[in-house]
Amino acid sequence: MVNISDSKNYKVIGTNPIRHDGYDKVTGRAVYGADIKLPGLIWASIVRSPHAHAVLKSVDTSAAEKIDGVFAVMTGKDLPALKDEFIDHGEGTENIAWSSENIMATKKVLYTGHAVAAIAAVDRYVADYAASKIKVEYEPLESVTNVEDATKEGSPILLEDLVGDHIGKKVKSTNIASITRHEFGDPDKAFKEAEHVVERTFTLQMVHQGYIEPHNATAIWDEEDRIKVWTSTQGAFPVRTSTAAILDMDVSKVKVTPLEIGGGFGGKIPIYLEPVVATLSKKSGRPVKAIMERTNVFQASGPAPGGTITVKMGTDKNGKLIAADTSIKLEAGGFPGAAVGAAVQCVFAPYDIANTRIDGYDIVVNKPKSAAYRAPGSPQAAFASETVVNELAEIHGIDPIEFRLLNASKEGTRRADGVVFPVVGNEEVLDAAKASDHWNSELGTPMKGRVRGRGLASGYWFNVGLKSTVNLTVNTDGTVALVEGSTDIGGTRTSISMQAAEILGIPATDFRPTVGDTETAGYADVTGGSRTTYATGFAAVKAAESLIEVLKERCSIIWSLDKQDIDFENGSFFASKDPELKFTFKELAANLDSTGGPAASSGSVDLESAGGAFGTHIVDLDVDPETGKTDIVRYTAVQDVGTVIYPAYCKGNIQGGVVQGIGWGLNEEYFMKDDGSQANTSYLDYRMPTALDLPNIDVIMVEKPNPGHPFGVRGVGEVPICPPIAAIGDALYNAVGKRFYDAPMKPGRILNVLGKISD
Amino acid sequence: MATQKIHVKTTINGQPQEFLTDPYVSLLDALREIIGLTGSKEGCLDGNCGACTVSINGRIVDSCLVLAAEVEGQEVETVEGMASSEGLHPLQQAFLEEAALQCGICTPGFLVASKGLLDNEPDPSEERIRHWLAGNLCRCTGYENIVKAVKKAAKNS
Amino acid sequence: MQPFAYSAPTTIKEAVEILDKHGDKARPMAGGTDLLVQIRGGKFNLDTVVDIKKIPELNEISNGKEEFVLGAAVPCHKLYDDPGISKDYPGLIDAAGLIGSIQIQSRSGFGGNLCNSTPSADGIAPLIVHSAKANIEGKSGSRSVPVEEFCTGPGLNVLGKGEILVSMTMPNKGDKFGAAYERFIPRNEMDIAVAAVGSSILLGSDGKIAEAKIALASVGPTPIYASKASESLIGKEPNEAAFKEAGSIAKGECSPIEDMRGTADQRRHLVEVLTIRTLDKSLERIEG
Repeated sequence: MVNISDSKNYKVIGTNPIRHDGYDKVTGRAVYGADIKLPGLIWASIVRSPHAHAVLKSVDTSAAEKIDGVFAVMTGKDLPALKDEFIDHGEGTENIAWSSENIMATKKVLYTGHAVAAIAAVDRYVADYAASKIKVEYEPLESVTNVEDATKEGSPILLEDLVGDHIGKKVKSTNIASITRHEFGDPDKAFKEAEHVVERTFTLQMVHQGYIEPHNATAIWDEEDRIKVWTSTQGAFPVRTSTAAILDMDVSKVKVTPLEIGGGFGGKIPIYLEPVVATLSKKSGRPVKAIMERTNVFQASGPAPGGTITVKMGTDKNGKLIAADTSIKLEAGGFPGAAVGAAVQCVFAPYDIANTRIDGYDIVVNKPKSAAYRAPGSPQAAFASETVVNELAEIHGIDPIEFRLLNASKEGTRRADGVVFPVVGNEEVLDAAKASDHWNSELGTPMKGRVRGRGLASGYWFNVGLKSTVNLTVNTDGTVALVEGSTDIGGTRTSISMQAAEILGIPATDFRPTVGDTETAGYADVTGGSRTTYATGFAAVKAAESLIEVLKERCSIIWSLDKQDIDFENGSFFASKDPELKFTFKELAANLDSTGGPAASSGSVDLESAGGAFGTHIVDLDVDPETGKTDIVRYTAVQDVGTVIYPAYCKGNIQGGVVQGIGWGLNEEYFMKDDGSQANTSYLDYRMPTALDLPNIDVIMVEKPNPGHPFGVRGVGEVPICPPIAAIGDALYNAVGKRFYDAPMKPGRILNVLGKISD
Repeated sequence: MATQKIHVKTTINGQPQEFLTDPYVSLLDALREIIGLTGSKEGCLDGNCGACTVSINGRIVDSCLVLAAEVEGQEVETVEGMASSEGLHPLQQAFLEEAALQCGICTPGFLVASKGLLDNEPDPSEERIRHWLAGNLCRCTGYENIVKAVKKAAKNS
Repeated sequence: MQPFAYSAPTTIKEAVEILDKHGDKARPMAGGTDLLVQIRGGKFNLDTVVDIKKIPELNEISNGKEEFVLGAAVPCHKLYDDPGISKDYPGLIDAAGLIGSIQIQSRSGFGGNLCNSTPSADGIAPLIVHSAKANIEGKSGSRSVPVEEFCTGPGLNVLGKGEILVSMTMPNKGDKFGAAYERFIPRNEMDIAVAAVGSSILLGSDGKIAEAKIALASVGPTPIYASKASESLIGKEPNEAAFKEAGSIAKGECSPIEDMRGTADQRRHLVEVLTIRTLDKSLERIEG
């Protein structure tokens, strides 16, 4: 184990080699899920419900089957009936019966776009045309598309069999799947004693991860009843687990090959298409491919929940937080599973508060089943808690950073859900924000006709560890083949290789990393939870350390010495008692054949925890008080990254998360129509930031190494989406003098809050 | 389906190309499925993300909104035509050096779009680059590195 | 999507014949950036699309001393790439650079935008304030319609069976004429207007407003020629008071709805703000 207090004269870590998959990606050669070509391939098209809530009465595929070019049709009845049970798919559990109903309904449709049938045909156009000829009979029901309506007296019940667990009490006929409570101390008493108390209620809307690549899957069901799947996914192994479970087969019957993935952010962890194309392949005898249309990505994949969050916080006369209480109600979509558990872990994380109560509600509504979106639950929670913190800081007349420092959680602080913080960099991040150029610079002159404001907010994500495996093989030319199972969404092939490279003392460019399939790679949990550079990197370090031992064996053969008389340092092996006997890594590699053949090693981890991380963001924006138009003019994200492995990508990842947070705060939302369907199922009206909507995003990477990782790595990817919404709200307040409690803070809402328009 | 196929004669990345297509097939689908050039990507199919950007007679377009039949007699350029046997186009090299891609799905569209800019305006300002590229969505990078890469390529061309 | 055929006639006569033959089962296609999306979304079920880009008259673009002729198939970029047109018609350039992205502007144009006839079209209000006429040809000959009378409802216009838009023409009103178009969108590009206003003023030799036109987009079932607001400016000094009053009157001439892009109140408010801003800009362009 490398001691992280060792000299920081890393040779590879902290550099920016060209990523290993870079050339394929800039030339268009890289094969993403939709690009795969197989002989005899046919295309699937899926029929979806136009109703937000309805009984599915019948599906008549007879007219469609007669169309020239159609090979097979299926309905939900073609998927096996499953028990109502939970399986572990690698980043949590899923109820397999619900997942199957979500993939294709048999009894009820629970959101507009819910799949009810599918057809496979010679090409996509024929498949779409034939799908339109499938006749489906529905009995429409009243729908509810927000948490308030779903929990009102007399609201339509989505899942008749659902038994809610409301803080231990079993409740039938409810849309509240669960209520959890975490409580420490005596918040009610503490609020009575508090000098100042602020209580606010916040609303947020459903948003989508917005990955540019739609979901896709291709499958062959072969003559031995084995299924091969090619897909763009955040984890081939979880796809295998889920697909096998949905089709009620053993995982050994399913092989998943992950192709390149065009963004996921959590949304490409659940499966939607794999069992459908597999079943159509079984029925047609052909490989079948499906690509989700963008409108269906919005309507029928896994967006992030909106909801209602109430936060109440109280301080003593010195500004010390002494009580905090929150109820977090998030919308799960058609089936339970909103990310409220994670929200509960993050909502008060930056603060050391003795008396806390957190109630989390998981509420089903007639919207697509929500999935993870980059720190799921934490951005929503941070919008609420950070806004209240900023209000309290103002009441006390304390600078917002000083207020946070006064109350900062650190190593040993008990988080409000009970976990005790290990080494964390919260204070260091706040100090860096305080010392930053942005925080210390003048606001500057706003654009013509605008007013400018500066805002600040913090955020937290716990990150995860889980399982990863890395296998290394040395080639005789001294290059190293590295096989791992973490699909590469943004340079991790390289950040993983760099860690092994550092251990072995060879350049990162001497690695040949491959993301393997479920039959060639060792088990890996999802690329998600900000775990890949951390956990798979850790596995690579272990594999590299094992490899050194294997190679020392080879030296002992060549030099006829005992293995313990052989040392390894700075990429070279030598005999401790005779420094004349020396091999560089390359030289030794050339000698492998004669000493026993290829040298290989493996490293595995199953990490129970990870280094959680904090971020504090500063934003300047200009608002036009006449129109509500808002432009970000300057942004600085300060974040504890543990140890930077691959700086350009570490920074880039943070910038990307910030920009998603900006979109979430300013313009992104699901508009729901009265009939329960989404109005804006296109990038035209689901407004994500373009290049023209943003300035450069400055990033200050603070390094507070995580002792749980050989190089001190902390997960990086999710923290940056947590602060922006609240930071924008704070900046708007400082610009126009009004606080915002509803996101997105779009122009119409700004005009409304300013009293320029009614409604 | 019922319509008669159309015979299209065109030029793709400098090479003559002929193919048969149904009249309702998009240029994007023809490139990806008939000709086999999968570098141009499908993102939205309604002209809002730019992942399908190709160049027709030197002008960048969303190929999802062009019918394959329309490129009869035209010159089409895709990402696959950017590098030569001598090496990468300066834009491709700059994108790698500046970490202007993370998942890479938007990259072909951005490369072709950026080339469309630099071919006509060799030294654009950052504002101009951002304006030109507003029709290409990226969800991973936040755009800064892409803009830097285009600036770098402009300098190196 | 129903399968459709494709033809690319090279004369107006040919195009008219195909359109007449198929009636509403055929539509002309210029840039295709609206039409293809609509066909795929099931708005139209067509037997054939008629690509009009090979017809010479529809590709005409001539910036004459008397008038500006803009063919129906001319894409937006051809306007802003032309230094002469950019200098003489900045009010049109405002819109040409706003319709979608650079990629869209390589293909889409004012002609298709006009024939698509949506209330939120960016290209129609500028044409109205430039006193443009739509030149139409059909089986029974040719006719011209002022652009403000072209649209009759959301997606509907005066084109009859077998008729095709050939060009738009507008008079060159000289250098005492200024026009501007501004739309409000939440982002900086790529959005459909929440509300938009085009304005133009022509100053007389006495420095007072001799002619004025204000047109509103996205605030009614069609683009609206705000006649009362426009007439309120005639004979006045071009100053803040006059512009404010015009803005207030224009606010009352629209009938916006509430939808996912904005509320009615928000749109009315924006009409007033944008009327003043575009009048200011039009004046600036005369003086500059």
